[in-house]
Amino acid sequence: MTLFGLRVPMVASLVLWAALWEVVGQAGATILIPPLSHVLVRLVEIVPTESFAEALGLTARAFVLGTGIAVLAGVPLGVLMGRWEPADRLMLPWVNVFVSAPLSALVPVIMALFGFGELTIVLTVVLFAIWIIVLDARAGARAVSPSLSEMAQSYGAGPLQAFAKVYLRAALPEILAGIRLGLVRAVKGVIIGQLLVSVVGFGHMFEIYSSNFLMEHMWALLLVLFALAFAIDGVFARLEKRVEYYAAARQ
Amino acid sequence: MNRVVALRAGPAVAEPMVEVRGLSKVYPGGVEALSDITLNFPKGKLTTLLGPSGCGKTTLLKIVAGLIPASAGEVSVGGRKVTGPGPERAFVFQDFALLPWATVLRNVAFGLELRGTGRWEREATARRHIEEVGLKGFEDAYPHQLSGGMRQRVGLARALAVDAEVLLMDEPFSAVDEQTRRKFQEDLLALVAGKGKTFLFVTHSIEEAVYVSNRIVLLSRRPSRVSEIIEPDIPRDLPPDRIRRHSAYIDTVEEIWQGLKRYLE
Repeated sequence: MTLFGLRVPMVASLVLWAALWEVVGQAGATILIPPLSHVLVRLVEIVPTESFAEALGLTARAFVLGTGIAVLAGVPLGVLMGRWEPADRLMLPWVNVFVSAPLSALVPVIMALFGFGELTIVLTVVLFAIWIIVLDARAGARAVSPSLSEMAQSYGAGPLQAFAKVYLRAALPEILAGIRLGLVRAVKGVIIGQLLVSVVGFGHMFEIYSSNFLMEHMWALLLVLFALAFAIDGVFARLEKRVEYYAAARQ
Repeated sequence: MNRVVALRAGPAVAEPMVEVRGLSKVYPGGVEALSDITLNFPKGKLTTLLGPSGCGKTTLLKIVAGLIPASAGEVSVGGRKVTGPGPERAFVFQDFALLPWATVLRNVAFGLELRGTGRWEREATARRHIEEVGLKGFEDAYPHQLSGGMRQRVGLARALAVDAEVLLMDEPFSAVDEQTRRKFQEDLLALVAGKGKTFLFVTHSIEEAVYVSNRIVLLSRRPSRVSEIIEPDIPRDLPPDRIRRHSAYIDTVEEIWQGLKRYLE
């Protein structure tokens, strides 16, 4: 970007906003916004603690388990819907409802059914992540060229063989795009689940910090979580790029 | 000079390998593609389905392949009624239908892979047929690294690898450039002569049909009926350039063109 004839690097805006935050914090305008420098000090203080490590472990476990279930159930369901009309008719209305529904409202229901533990958080992650994975896998399966599916059929592939050897591979670019979007939603799910359950993990820490007006701690924790979500998305975007080449070569 | 065999089935020259009886196809929505078609495809010969575009040639071929069901009538291959795809038939697709993520070797071996043939055996078979179609050295290449003509050779090798008695070819050379197509046509003649397999060939090119066929079935415009069956009286053992200059070749091309002309406009 150039401004008044000067080249301004991309991080400049970040620095500007950080400076603004620091000024507002130092001015003591509100107790809700402590200076950024204090937040960063807290961050360094919180990260090595045992409760942080414990919360991170629980979050990572729930995240991995939840997305794993969402992928393993969502991809086959989506491909099935894309290739078999009755399944599509049966499931599509539900998938469409859930993909845009305010899912946080359902978390208390899960909580009521499965209690205040890790299981609820895992299920929340599944609930958040699975629908977009299903929709994208479905789109990928529908885009498989008709002649490829005729080829599989004419050389004697049964439905399972066609699924494993043709449709799944042919739909891979869309499936990966869906998984990436699902991961972003899963991050929301794992945090929202913990916030609502609020007796375990980061949710518990948030609960303690906010009820004791420890704003510096709360902001520090938020920064860590934002960075984590950003990093997960970045890693997967790279992975996806490596598969893109044959999406283009598919025709 | 040509023997124009009577309308409909005509006397079988050789033992029929594929028999089509009273076949009709009406697509959902009421489009009638085929109407009461009765035909024999003699064993060991190449029979071409030729007709105006959109006349249902490909539909007929796909019904024989068992890929789409007929609305009425039946097809039998080697005396057995067709109810779906079977190992005695192999299909060569117009757009090649190769797996873009698989190497030439795996693509050629794919039919055998689906049948559960062991890896060593199917790859040995595939290598043999890759060499046969002239792609030796390209076993580990991917389809997008090959030219259109080479891709169709892969499609052909895949069909040969499953050792089917009947090869169904749906405009296999239409997506290939002119020079490659001529080479293909010559290779196809050698294949028909050498293999003893039965070929069903769909094309919209009159010259191609006359050049490669033992028998040409002319289909009328939709709903398709068999309008004429022509057996070009061309000695197949002549070298390619002599065939293309043979008077029977030139006359047959002209005769078919005169017959098809009335379907245009």
